[in-house]
Amino acid sequence: MINSEENIIQKPKTPRSPQIKLHEQSLSRTMIFIVFGSLILITGYTLTHLDTAGVHVDEAFKGLAITLNQMFLQPNAGSDGVPLLLQALASTVMLSILTTIIGAVFGFLFAVLASKNLTNAYLGAGIRVAMAIVRAIPTIIWALIFSIVCGLGTTAAVLGLSFHSIAYLTKAYSESIEGIDKSTIESLKVTGAKFWVVVFQAIWPTIVASLVSWTFIRLEINFANAIAVGAAAGAGGIGYQLFVASGMSFDFHETGFIVYLVILVTFALEFIAVKIRQIYLNR
Amino acid sequence: MMQSPKKYLAHKGWHQTAVIALIGGIYVFGSWALNFNSVDGFIAVPKAFAWLGIYFRPTAHSMEYLPKIWQKLIQTVLLAISSTVVAAIVSIFVALLGSKVTGINSFVQTIVRGVASFFRNIPLVAWSMILLFSFKQSDFTGFLALLLMSIGYLIRAFMEIIEDEASETMLALKATGASYFQVIFQAVLPQILPSILSWILYMIENNVRDATLVGILTGTGIGFIFDIYYKSFRFDAAGMTVLAIIIVVIALETISNQIRRVIL
Repeated sequence: MINSEENIIQKPKTPRSPQIKLHEQSLSRTMIFIVFGSLILITGYTLTHLDTAGVHVDEAFKGLAITLNQMFLQPNAGSDGVPLLLQALASTVMLSILTTIIGAVFGFLFAVLASKNLTNAYLGAGIRVAMAIVRAIPTIIWALIFSIVCGLGTTAAVLGLSFHSIAYLTKAYSESIEGIDKSTIESLKVTGAKFWVVVFQAIWPTIVASLVSWTFIRLEINFANAIAVGAAAGAGGIGYQLFVASGMSFDFHETGFIVYLVILVTFALEFIAVKIRQIYLNR
Repeated sequence: MMQSPKKYLAHKGWHQTAVIALIGGIYVFGSWALNFNSVDGFIAVPKAFAWLGIYFRPTAHSMEYLPKIWQKLIQTVLLAISSTVVAAIVSIFVALLGSKVTGINSFVQTIVRGVASFFRNIPLVAWSMILLFSFKQSDFTGFLALLLMSIGYLIRAFMEIIEDEASETMLALKATGASYFQVIFQAVLPQILPSILSWILYMIENNVRDATLVGILTGTGIGFIFDIYYKSFRFDAAGMTVLAIIIVVIALETISNQIRRVIL
Protein backbone atom coordinates (compact mmCIF):
# COMPACT_ATOMS: atom_id res chain seq x y z
CA MET A 1 0.00 0.00 0.00
CA ILE A 2 2.58 2.41 1.16
CA ASN A 3 4.74 1.73 -1.82
CA SER A 4 1.97 2.28 -4.31
CA GLU A 5 1.06 5.50 -2.58
CA GLU A 6 4.59 6.71 -3.00
CA ASN A 7 4.18 6.15 -6.68
CA ILE A 8 1.02 8.18 -6.78
CA ILE A 9 2.60 11.18 -5.15
CA GLN A 10 4.53 12.96 -7.79
CA LYS A 11 7.56 14.92 -7.10
CA PRO A 12 6.79 18.56 -7.77
CA LYS A 13 8.40 19.81 -10.92
CA THR A 14 10.71 22.64 -10.28
CA PRO A 15 9.06 25.48 -12.10
CA ARG A 16 11.20 27.37 -14.53
CA SER A 17 11.17 30.74 -12.86
CA PRO A 18 10.88 33.44 -15.47
CA GLN A 19 13.05 36.51 -15.22
CA ILE A 20 10.98 39.03 -13.30
CA LYS A 21 11.54 42.53 -14.56
CA LEU A 22 11.56 44.93 -11.68
CA HIS A 23 11.11 47.94 -13.90
CA GLU A 24 8.93 47.44 -16.88
CA GLN A 25 10.10 49.21 -20.00
CA SER A 26 7.41 51.48 -21.33
CA LEU A 27 6.99 54.68 -23.27
CA SER A 28 5.90 56.46 -20.11
CA ARG A 29 9.05 55.46 -18.24
CA THR A 30 11.32 56.50 -21.12
CA MET A 31 9.52 59.82 -21.36
CA ILE A 32 9.92 60.51 -17.64
CA PHE A 33 13.62 59.67 -17.91
CA ILE A 34 14.13 61.97 -20.91
CA VAL A 35 12.20 64.89 -19.39
CA PHE A 36 13.94 64.68 -16.03
CA GLY A 37 17.31 64.34 -17.76
CA SER A 38 16.80 67.40 -19.92
CA LEU A 39 15.44 69.46 -17.03
CA ILE A 40 18.49 68.65 -14.94
CA LEU A 41 20.84 69.43 -17.83
CA ILE A 42 19.14 72.79 -18.39
CA THR A 43 19.34 73.56 -14.68
CA GLY A 44 23.03 72.70 -14.56
CA TYR A 45 23.74 74.90 -17.55
CA THR A 46 21.72 77.82 -16.15
CA LEU A 47 23.22 77.66 -12.67
CA THR A 48 26.79 77.61 -13.97
CA HIS A 49 26.08 80.58 -16.27
CA LEU A 50 24.12 82.60 -13.73
CA ASP A 51 24.95 86.29 -13.60
CA THR A 52 25.42 87.41 -10.01
CA ALA A 53 26.43 90.96 -10.99
CA GLY A 54 29.65 90.70 -8.99
CA VAL A 55 27.84 90.39 -5.67
CA HIS A 56 29.72 88.42 -3.03
CA VAL A 57 27.20 85.72 -2.35
CA ASP A 58 28.31 84.94 1.20
CA GLU A 59 28.14 88.61 2.26
CA ALA A 60 24.77 88.97 0.55
CA PHE A 61 23.42 86.03 2.52
CA LYS A 62 24.65 87.67 5.73
CA GLY A 63 22.84 90.85 4.71
CA LEU A 64 19.74 88.83 3.97
CA ALA A 65 19.90 87.27 7.42
CA ILE A 66 19.98 90.73 9.01
CA THR A 67 17.04 91.85 6.88
CA LEU A 68 15.01 88.74 7.72
CA ASN A 69 15.78 89.23 11.39
CA GLN A 70 14.48 92.80 11.23
CA MET A 71 11.41 91.68 9.32
CA PHE A 72 10.24 88.69 11.25
CA LEU A 73 11.56 89.24 14.76
CA GLN A 74 11.11 92.99 15.11
CA PRO A 75 8.03 93.93 13.09
CA ASN A 76 6.32 97.25 13.68
CA ALA A 77 3.87 99.42 11.79
CA GLY A 78 6.53 101.99 10.92
CA SER A 79 5.72 105.53 9.86
CA ASP A 80 2.42 104.60 8.18
CA GLY A 81 0.74 103.42 11.34
CA VAL A 82 -1.65 100.52 11.90
CA PRO A 83 -4.93 102.19 10.77
CA LEU A 84 -3.54 103.13 7.35
CA LEU A 85 -2.09 99.67 6.80
CA LEU A 86 -5.34 97.96 7.85
CA GLN A 87 -7.29 100.21 5.50
CA ALA A 88 -4.91 99.34 2.65
CA LEU A 89 -5.23 95.65 3.51
CA ALA A 90 -9.03 95.88 3.48
CA SER A 91 -9.04 97.50 0.06
CA THR A 92 -6.76 94.77 -1.32
CA VAL A 93 -9.04 92.06 0.09
CA MET A 94 -12.06 93.84 -1.40
CA LEU A 95 -10.28 94.09 -4.75
CA SER A 96 -9.58 90.38 -4.80
CA ILE A 97 -13.17 89.49 -3.84
CA LEU A 98 -14.62 91.84 -6.45
CA THR A 99 -12.47 90.47 -9.26
CA THR A 100 -13.18 86.89 -8.23
CA ILE A 101 -16.93 87.59 -8.45
CA ILE A 102 -16.52 89.12 -11.92
CA GLY A 103 -14.27 86.22 -12.92
CA ALA A 104 -16.75 83.63 -11.64
CA VAL A 105 -19.80 85.11 -13.39
CA PHE A 106 -18.16 85.59 -16.79
CA GLY A 107 -16.06 82.46 -16.33
CA PHE A 108 -19.19 80.35 -15.89
CA LEU A 109 -20.89 81.85 -18.95
CA PHE A 110 -17.83 81.27 -21.12
CA ALA A 111 -17.28 77.81 -19.65
CA VAL A 112 -20.80 76.75 -20.61
CA LEU A 113 -20.23 78.04 -24.12
CA ALA A 114 -16.79 76.42 -24.36
CA SER A 115 -17.51 72.94 -22.99
CA LYS A 116 -17.28 70.20 -25.56
CA ASN A 117 -20.40 68.39 -24.37
CA LEU A 118 -22.65 71.44 -24.61
CA THR A 119 -21.97 73.62 -27.62
CA ASN A 120 -20.94 73.37 -31.21
CA ALA A 121 -17.29 72.65 -31.81
CA TYR A 122 -16.32 75.91 -33.51
CA LEU A 123 -17.64 78.27 -30.83
CA GLY A 124 -16.07 76.12 -28.12
CA ALA A 125 -12.70 75.96 -29.84
CA GLY A 126 -12.77 79.72 -30.49
CA ILE A 127 -13.41 80.52 -26.83
CA ARG A 128 -10.77 78.06 -25.67
CA VAL A 129 -8.09 79.58 -27.93
CA ALA A 130 -9.02 83.13 -26.89
CA MET A 131 -8.87 82.17 -23.22
CA ALA A 132 -5.52 80.43 -23.66
CA ILE A 133 -4.11 83.66 -25.08
CA VAL A 134 -5.61 85.79 -22.29
CA ARG A 135 -4.18 83.35 -19.73
CA ALA A 136 -0.72 83.42 -21.28
CA ILE A 137 -0.36 87.13 -20.55
CA PRO A 138 0.62 87.68 -16.89
CA THR A 139 -1.85 89.58 -14.70
CA ILE A 140 0.61 92.37 -14.07
CA ILE A 141 0.91 93.07 -17.81
CA TRP A 142 -2.88 93.18 -18.16
CA ALA A 143 -3.03 95.71 -15.32
CA LEU A 144 -0.29 97.82 -16.93
CA ILE A 145 -2.05 97.72 -20.32
CA PHE A 146 -5.37 98.84 -18.82
CA SER A 147 -3.69 101.53 -16.78
CA ILE A 148 -2.64 103.27 -20.00
CA VAL A 149 -6.25 103.46 -21.15
CA CYS A 150 -8.03 104.07 -17.83
CA GLY A 151 -5.22 105.77 -15.97
CA LEU A 152 -3.49 104.38 -12.89
CA GLY A 153 -6.01 103.33 -10.29
CA THR A 154 -8.78 100.98 -9.28
CA THR A 155 -10.42 100.54 -12.68
CA ALA A 156 -7.18 99.35 -14.28
CA ALA A 157 -6.48 97.00 -11.37
CA VAL A 158 -10.02 95.56 -11.41
CA LEU A 159 -9.95 94.99 -15.17
CA GLY A 160 -6.44 93.57 -15.17
CA LEU A 161 -7.19 91.09 -12.39
CA SER A 162 -10.61 90.21 -13.83
CA PHE A 163 -9.25 89.34 -17.25
CA HIS A 164 -6.90 86.71 -15.97
CA SER A 165 -9.54 85.38 -13.52
CA ILE A 166 -12.13 84.97 -16.28
CA ALA A 167 -9.69 83.03 -18.45
CA TYR A 168 -8.52 80.85 -15.57
CA LEU A 169 -12.01 80.07 -14.29
CA THR A 170 -13.34 79.41 -17.79
CA LYS A 171 -10.79 76.63 -18.15
CA ALA A 172 -11.34 75.26 -14.64
CA TYR A 173 -15.16 75.32 -14.86
CA SER A 174 -15.31 73.87 -18.35
CA GLU A 175 -13.11 70.97 -17.26
CA SER A 176 -15.63 70.30 -14.46
CA ILE A 177 -18.52 70.53 -16.91
CA GLU A 178 -16.84 68.17 -19.36
CA GLY A 179 -16.49 65.66 -16.53
CA ILE A 180 -20.29 65.38 -16.21
CA ASP A 181 -21.86 62.09 -17.24
CA LYS A 182 -23.34 62.43 -20.73
CA SER A 183 -26.59 60.74 -19.73
CA THR A 184 -27.47 63.54 -17.29
CA ILE A 185 -27.50 66.07 -20.10
CA GLU A 186 -29.08 63.74 -22.66
CA SER A 187 -31.97 62.81 -20.39
CA LEU A 188 -32.89 66.43 -19.82
CA LYS A 189 -32.56 67.27 -23.49
CA VAL A 190 -34.94 64.41 -24.32
CA THR A 191 -37.65 66.00 -22.18
CA GLY A 192 -37.42 69.05 -24.42
CA ALA A 193 -35.69 71.27 -21.88
CA LYS A 194 -34.13 74.42 -23.30
CA PHE A 195 -30.37 75.01 -23.25
CA TRP A 196 -30.29 77.28 -20.19
CA VAL A 197 -32.71 75.01 -18.32
CA VAL A 198 -30.27 72.15 -18.86
CA VAL A 199 -27.45 74.38 -17.65
CA PHE A 200 -29.11 75.56 -14.46
CA GLN A 201 -31.11 72.45 -13.53
CA ALA A 202 -28.66 69.71 -14.49
CA ILE A 203 -25.16 71.10 -14.80
CA TRP A 204 -25.13 73.70 -12.05
CA PRO A 205 -26.29 71.36 -9.23
CA THR A 206 -23.94 68.58 -10.37
CA ILE A 207 -20.77 70.63 -10.30
CA VAL A 208 -21.54 73.31 -7.71
CA ALA A 209 -19.11 71.82 -5.17
CA SER A 210 -16.24 71.82 -7.64
CA LEU A 211 -17.18 75.34 -8.80
CA VAL A 212 -16.97 76.55 -5.22
CA SER A 213 -13.55 74.91 -4.76
CA TRP A 214 -12.14 76.47 -7.91
CA THR A 215 -13.58 79.88 -7.09
CA PHE A 216 -11.92 79.91 -3.68
CA ILE A 217 -8.61 78.75 -5.14
CA ARG A 218 -8.88 81.69 -7.53
CA LEU A 219 -9.72 84.03 -4.64
CA GLU A 220 -6.43 83.10 -2.98
CA ILE A 221 -4.55 83.62 -6.26
CA ASN A 222 -6.33 86.95 -6.78
CA PHE A 223 -5.32 88.14 -3.34
CA ALA A 224 -1.66 87.42 -4.17
CA ASN A 225 -2.10 89.06 -7.58
CA ALA A 226 -3.82 92.11 -6.08
CA ILE A 227 -0.73 92.65 -3.91
CA ALA A 228 1.53 92.28 -6.95
CA VAL A 229 -0.55 94.69 -9.04
CA GLY A 230 -0.58 97.19 -6.19
CA ALA A 231 3.21 97.01 -5.99
CA ALA A 232 4.26 96.89 -9.62
CA ALA A 233 1.49 98.92 -11.25
CA GLY A 234 1.04 101.40 -8.40
CA ALA A 235 -2.63 100.49 -8.02
CA GLY A 236 -2.65 101.12 -4.26
CA GLY A 237 -3.61 98.83 -1.41
CA ILE A 238 -1.32 96.83 0.81
CA GLY A 239 0.86 95.87 -2.15
CA TYR A 240 1.81 99.47 -2.72
CA GLN A 241 2.61 99.96 0.98
CA LEU A 242 4.73 96.83 0.85
CA PHE A 243 6.59 98.13 -2.20
CA VAL A 244 7.24 101.52 -0.58
CA ALA A 245 8.37 100.01 2.71
CA SER A 246 10.70 97.44 1.17
CA GLY A 247 11.95 99.22 -1.93
CA MET A 248 11.84 102.95 -1.23
CA SER A 249 12.04 103.68 2.49
CA PHE A 250 13.85 100.38 3.26
CA ASP A 251 11.92 100.04 6.51
CA PHE A 252 12.15 96.27 6.93
CA HIS A 253 10.38 96.35 10.30
CA GLU A 254 7.32 97.67 8.50
CA THR A 255 7.84 95.17 5.66
CA GLY A 256 7.73 92.39 8.22
CA PHE A 257 4.56 93.79 9.76
CA ILE A 258 2.86 93.91 6.35
CA VAL A 259 4.00 90.37 5.52
CA TYR A 260 2.49 89.13 8.78
CA LEU A 261 -0.79 90.89 7.95
CA VAL A 262 -0.83 89.27 4.51
CA ILE A 263 -0.12 85.82 5.95
CA LEU A 264 -2.95 86.25 8.45
CA VAL A 265 -5.38 87.09 5.66
CA THR A 266 -4.31 84.11 3.55
CA PHE A 267 -4.82 81.81 6.54
CA ALA A 268 -8.25 83.32 7.10
CA LEU A 269 -9.15 82.87 3.41
CA GLU A 270 -7.97 79.26 3.48
CA PHE A 271 -10.01 78.61 6.64
CA ILE A 272 -13.18 80.14 5.14
CA ALA A 273 -12.63 78.18 1.92
CA VAL A 274 -12.39 74.89 3.80
CA LYS A 275 -15.56 75.65 5.79
CA ILE A 276 -17.64 76.66 2.76
CA ARG A 277 -16.38 73.69 0.74
CA GLN A 278 -17.51 71.40 3.58
CA ILE A 279 -21.00 72.92 3.49
CA TYR A 280 -21.31 72.29 -0.25
CA LEU A 281 -19.82 68.80 -0.13
CA ASN A 282 -22.16 67.69 2.66
CA ARG A 283 -25.34 68.87 1.04
CA MET B 1 -33.64 62.81 5.27
CA MET B 2 -36.88 62.84 3.30
CA GLN B 3 -38.60 66.07 2.57
CA SER B 4 -41.71 66.72 0.55
CA PRO B 5 -40.71 67.89 -2.94
CA LYS B 6 -42.59 71.14 -2.48
CA LYS B 7 -40.79 71.93 0.75
CA TYR B 8 -37.44 70.93 -0.79
CA LEU B 9 -37.91 73.22 -3.77
CA ALA B 10 -39.06 76.11 -1.61
CA HIS B 11 -36.02 75.68 0.62
CA LYS B 12 -33.72 75.44 -2.40
CA GLY B 13 -35.23 78.58 -3.97
CA TRP B 14 -34.86 80.53 -0.75
CA HIS B 15 -31.29 79.34 -0.34
CA GLN B 16 -30.31 80.30 -3.89
CA THR B 17 -31.88 83.73 -3.61
CA ALA B 18 -30.03 84.36 -0.36
CA VAL B 19 -26.66 83.36 -1.84
CA ILE B 20 -27.20 85.49 -4.97
CA ALA B 21 -28.30 88.46 -2.84
CA LEU B 22 -25.24 88.06 -0.61
CA ILE B 23 -22.81 87.93 -3.54
CA GLY B 24 -24.55 90.86 -5.25
CA GLY B 25 -24.40 92.83 -2.01
CA ILE B 26 -20.67 92.16 -1.65
CA TYR B 27 -20.15 93.27 -5.25
CA VAL B 28 -22.04 96.52 -4.79
CA PHE B 29 -20.34 97.26 -1.48
CA GLY B 30 -16.91 96.44 -2.94
CA SER B 31 -17.47 98.68 -5.95
CA TRP B 32 -18.49 101.50 -3.65
CA ALA B 33 -15.60 100.98 -1.24
CA LEU B 34 -13.03 100.81 -4.02
CA ASN B 35 -14.65 103.59 -6.02
CA PHE B 36 -15.02 101.29 -9.02
CA ASN B 37 -17.68 102.13 -11.56
CA SER B 38 -18.84 98.96 -13.33
CA VAL B 39 -20.23 100.85 -16.34
CA ASP B 40 -17.01 102.80 -16.87
CA GLY B 41 -15.05 99.59 -16.45
CA PHE B 42 -17.19 97.81 -19.00
CA ILE B 43 -16.82 100.63 -21.52
CA ALA B 44 -13.06 100.71 -20.97
CA VAL B 45 -12.62 97.14 -22.29
CA PRO B 46 -13.45 97.76 -25.98
CA LYS B 47 -11.61 101.08 -25.74
CA ALA B 48 -8.55 99.29 -24.40
CA PHE B 49 -8.61 96.73 -27.19
CA ALA B 50 -9.04 99.43 -29.84
CA TRP B 51 -6.06 101.20 -28.35
CA LEU B 52 -4.07 97.97 -28.24
CA GLY B 53 -4.88 97.33 -31.90
CA ILE B 54 -3.46 100.70 -32.91
CA TYR B 55 -0.48 101.32 -30.65
CA PHE B 56 0.54 97.93 -29.31
CA ARG B 57 0.68 96.27 -32.71
CA PRO B 58 4.27 95.33 -33.52
CA THR B 59 5.39 97.07 -36.69
CA ALA B 60 8.19 96.34 -39.13
CA HIS B 61 10.21 98.81 -37.10
CA SER B 62 9.84 96.80 -33.90
CA MET B 63 11.42 93.75 -35.52
CA GLU B 64 14.81 95.17 -34.57
CA TYR B 65 13.95 94.68 -30.89
CA LEU B 66 13.25 91.01 -31.46
CA PRO B 67 16.77 89.58 -30.86
CA LYS B 68 17.02 91.35 -27.50
CA ILE B 69 13.51 90.34 -26.45
CA TRP B 70 14.18 86.78 -27.50
CA GLN B 71 17.43 86.61 -25.55
CA LYS B 72 15.77 87.91 -22.36
CA LEU B 73 12.83 85.58 -22.81
CA ILE B 74 15.04 82.52 -23.17
CA GLN B 75 16.96 83.66 -20.09
CA THR B 76 13.66 83.97 -18.18
CA VAL B 77 12.52 80.50 -19.23
CA LEU B 78 15.88 79.04 -18.17
CA LEU B 79 15.58 80.75 -14.79
CA ALA B 80 12.03 79.47 -14.36
CA ILE B 81 13.13 75.92 -15.18
CA SER B 82 16.21 75.92 -12.97
CA SER B 83 14.44 77.46 -9.98
CA THR B 84 11.65 74.90 -10.30
CA VAL B 85 14.05 71.96 -10.57
CA VAL B 86 16.14 73.03 -7.57
CA ALA B 87 12.94 73.70 -5.62
CA ALA B 88 11.63 70.25 -6.57
CA ILE B 89 14.80 68.52 -5.37
CA VAL B 90 14.62 70.30 -2.01
CA SER B 91 10.86 69.83 -1.72
CA ILE B 92 10.77 66.10 -2.38
CA PHE B 93 13.05 65.38 0.57
CA VAL B 94 11.21 67.78 2.84
CA ALA B 95 7.87 66.34 1.71
CA LEU B 96 9.08 62.80 2.47
CA LEU B 97 9.97 63.95 5.98
CA GLY B 98 6.71 65.79 6.46
CA SER B 99 3.96 63.71 4.87
CA LYS B 100 1.62 61.67 7.04
CA VAL B 101 2.58 58.48 5.19
CA THR B 102 6.37 58.62 5.10
CA GLY B 103 7.02 61.21 7.76
CA ILE B 104 9.12 60.70 10.87
CA ASN B 105 6.81 61.88 13.61
CA SER B 106 3.94 64.29 14.10
CA PHE B 107 6.22 67.00 15.45
CA VAL B 108 8.30 67.11 12.26
CA GLN B 109 5.14 66.92 10.17
CA THR B 110 3.67 69.97 11.88
CA ILE B 111 6.91 71.92 11.45
CA VAL B 112 7.14 71.05 7.75
CA ARG B 113 3.53 72.04 7.14
CA GLY B 114 4.02 75.32 8.96
CA VAL B 115 7.23 76.19 7.12
CA ALA B 116 5.73 75.32 3.71
CA SER B 117 2.65 77.40 4.40
CA PHE B 118 4.79 80.30 5.59
CA PHE B 119 6.98 80.27 2.46
CA ARG B 120 3.95 79.98 0.21
CA ASN B 121 2.09 82.88 1.72
CA ILE B 122 4.84 85.46 1.87
CA PRO B 123 4.05 87.67 -1.14
CA LEU B 124 6.37 87.34 -4.12
CA VAL B 125 6.73 91.11 -3.97
CA ALA B 126 8.24 90.89 -0.48
CA TRP B 127 10.69 88.15 -1.52
CA SER B 128 11.74 90.11 -4.60
CA MET B 129 12.30 93.34 -2.73
CA ILE B 130 14.25 91.97 0.23
CA LEU B 131 16.39 89.83 -2.06
CA LEU B 132 16.97 92.82 -4.32
CA PHE B 133 18.24 94.74 -1.30
CA SER B 134 20.91 92.10 -0.54
CA PHE B 135 21.68 90.60 -3.95
CA LYS B 136 21.28 93.72 -6.12
CA GLN B 137 20.00 93.71 -9.67
CA SER B 138 21.09 90.31 -10.96
CA ASP B 139 19.63 87.11 -12.35
CA PHE B 140 20.52 85.41 -9.10
CA THR B 141 17.98 87.61 -7.27
CA GLY B 142 15.22 86.51 -9.64
CA PHE B 143 16.33 82.90 -9.29
CA LEU B 144 16.17 83.03 -5.48
CA ALA B 145 12.77 84.75 -5.39
CA LEU B 146 11.23 82.14 -7.67
CA LEU B 147 13.02 79.33 -5.81
CA LEU B 148 11.71 80.31 -2.37
CA MET B 149 8.15 80.74 -3.67
CA SER B 150 8.23 77.42 -5.55
CA ILE B 151 9.53 75.52 -2.53
CA GLY B 152 6.46 76.50 -0.52
CA TYR B 153 4.07 75.34 -3.25
CA LEU B 154 5.91 72.15 -4.17
CA ILE B 155 6.29 70.89 -0.59
CA ARG B 156 2.53 71.02 -0.14
CA ALA B 157 1.81 69.51 -3.56
CA PHE B 158 4.32 66.67 -3.08
CA MET B 159 3.03 65.87 0.40
CA GLU B 160 -0.49 65.59 -0.99
CA ILE B 161 0.74 63.36 -3.82
CA ILE B 162 2.54 61.05 -1.38
CA GLU B 163 -0.49 60.85 0.90
CA ASP B 164 -2.89 60.20 -1.99
CA GLU B 165 -0.90 57.72 -4.01
CA ALA B 166 1.66 55.98 -1.86
CA SER B 167 -0.02 55.10 1.44
CA GLU B 168 -1.10 51.60 0.33
CA THR B 169 2.28 50.88 -1.26
CA MET B 170 3.99 51.96 1.91
CA LEU B 171 1.89 49.57 4.02
CA ALA B 172 2.26 46.68 1.58
CA LEU B 173 6.02 46.94 1.36
CA LYS B 174 6.46 47.49 5.08
CA ALA B 175 4.58 44.23 5.63
CA THR B 176 7.16 42.37 3.52
CA GLY B 177 9.83 43.56 5.92
CA ALA B 178 11.50 46.02 3.58
CA SER B 179 13.48 48.75 5.29
CA TYR B 180 12.39 52.39 5.27
CA PHE B 181 14.87 53.43 2.59
CA GLN B 182 14.09 50.42 0.42
CA VAL B 183 10.41 51.33 0.50
CA ILE B 184 11.08 54.97 -0.31
CA PHE B 185 13.52 54.40 -3.17
CA GLN B 186 12.09 51.21 -4.66
CA ALA B 187 8.37 51.85 -4.33
CA VAL B 188 7.26 55.28 -3.20
CA LEU B 189 9.47 57.44 -5.42
CA PRO B 190 8.99 55.42 -8.65
CA GLN B 191 5.26 55.39 -8.06
CA ILE B 192 4.80 59.11 -7.54
CA LEU B 193 7.29 60.17 -10.23
CA PRO B 194 4.68 60.85 -12.96
CA SER B 195 2.56 63.07 -10.70
CA ILE B 196 5.63 64.87 -9.47
CA LEU B 197 6.78 65.56 -13.02
CA SER B 198 3.34 66.84 -13.88
CA TRP B 199 3.53 69.30 -10.98
CA ILE B 200 7.04 70.37 -11.97
CA LEU B 201 5.81 71.16 -15.47
CA TYR B 202 2.91 73.16 -14.07
CA MET B 203 5.27 75.06 -11.77
CA ILE B 204 7.57 75.91 -14.69
CA GLU B 205 4.65 77.45 -16.62
CA ASN B 206 3.62 79.36 -13.53
CA ASN B 207 7.16 80.55 -12.86
CA VAL B 208 7.54 81.92 -16.39
CA ARG B 209 4.49 84.11 -15.72
CA ASP B 210 5.64 85.04 -12.22
CA ALA B 211 9.11 85.81 -13.56
CA THR B 212 7.55 88.76 -15.38
CA LEU B 213 6.48 90.27 -12.07
CA VAL B 214 9.80 89.48 -10.40
CA GLY B 215 11.54 90.96 -13.43
CA ILE B 216 9.61 94.23 -13.24
CA LEU B 217 10.48 94.56 -9.54
CA THR B 218 14.09 93.38 -9.59
CA GLY B 219 15.15 94.52 -13.04
CA THR B 220 15.86 91.14 -14.62
CA GLY B 221 14.69 89.11 -17.58
CA ILE B 222 11.61 89.70 -19.70
CA GLY B 223 9.78 91.74 -17.06
CA PHE B 224 12.55 94.31 -17.00
CA ILE B 225 12.65 94.70 -20.76
CA PHE B 226 8.85 95.07 -20.91
CA ASP B 227 9.01 97.68 -18.17
CA ILE B 228 11.67 99.66 -20.05
CA TYR B 229 9.68 99.71 -23.31
CA TYR B 230 6.46 100.46 -21.45
CA LYS B 231 7.87 103.35 -19.45
CA SER B 232 9.65 104.88 -22.44
CA PHE B 233 6.39 104.71 -24.48
CA ARG B 234 7.86 102.34 -27.07
CA PHE B 235 4.54 100.53 -27.14
CA ASP B 236 5.17 98.65 -30.35
CA ALA B 237 8.21 97.02 -28.74
CA ALA B 238 6.18 96.34 -25.58
CA GLY B 239 3.53 94.71 -27.77
CA MET B 240 6.23 92.61 -29.40
CA THR B 241 7.36 91.51 -25.93
CA VAL B 242 3.82 90.50 -24.95
CA LEU B 243 3.45 88.58 -28.22
CA ALA B 244 6.69 86.73 -27.53
CA ILE B 245 5.50 85.88 -23.98
CA ILE B 246 2.20 84.55 -25.35
CA ILE B 247 3.99 82.33 -27.86
CA VAL B 248 6.44 80.92 -25.31
CA VAL B 249 3.82 80.31 -22.59
CA ILE B 250 1.43 78.58 -24.99
CA ALA B 251 4.29 76.51 -26.42
CA LEU B 252 5.31 75.43 -22.91
CA GLU B 253 1.70 74.59 -22.07
CA THR B 254 1.32 72.50 -25.22
CA ILE B 255 4.58 70.61 -24.62
CA SER B 256 3.63 69.94 -20.99
CA ASN B 257 0.21 68.64 -22.02
CA GLN B 258 1.81 66.29 -24.55
CA ILE B 259 4.25 65.01 -21.93
CA ARG B 260 1.42 64.55 -19.43
CA ARG B 261 -0.59 62.57 -21.95
CA VAL B 262 2.27 60.09 -22.26
CA ILE B 263 3.27 59.77 -18.61
CA LEU B 264 -0.02 59.85 -16.70
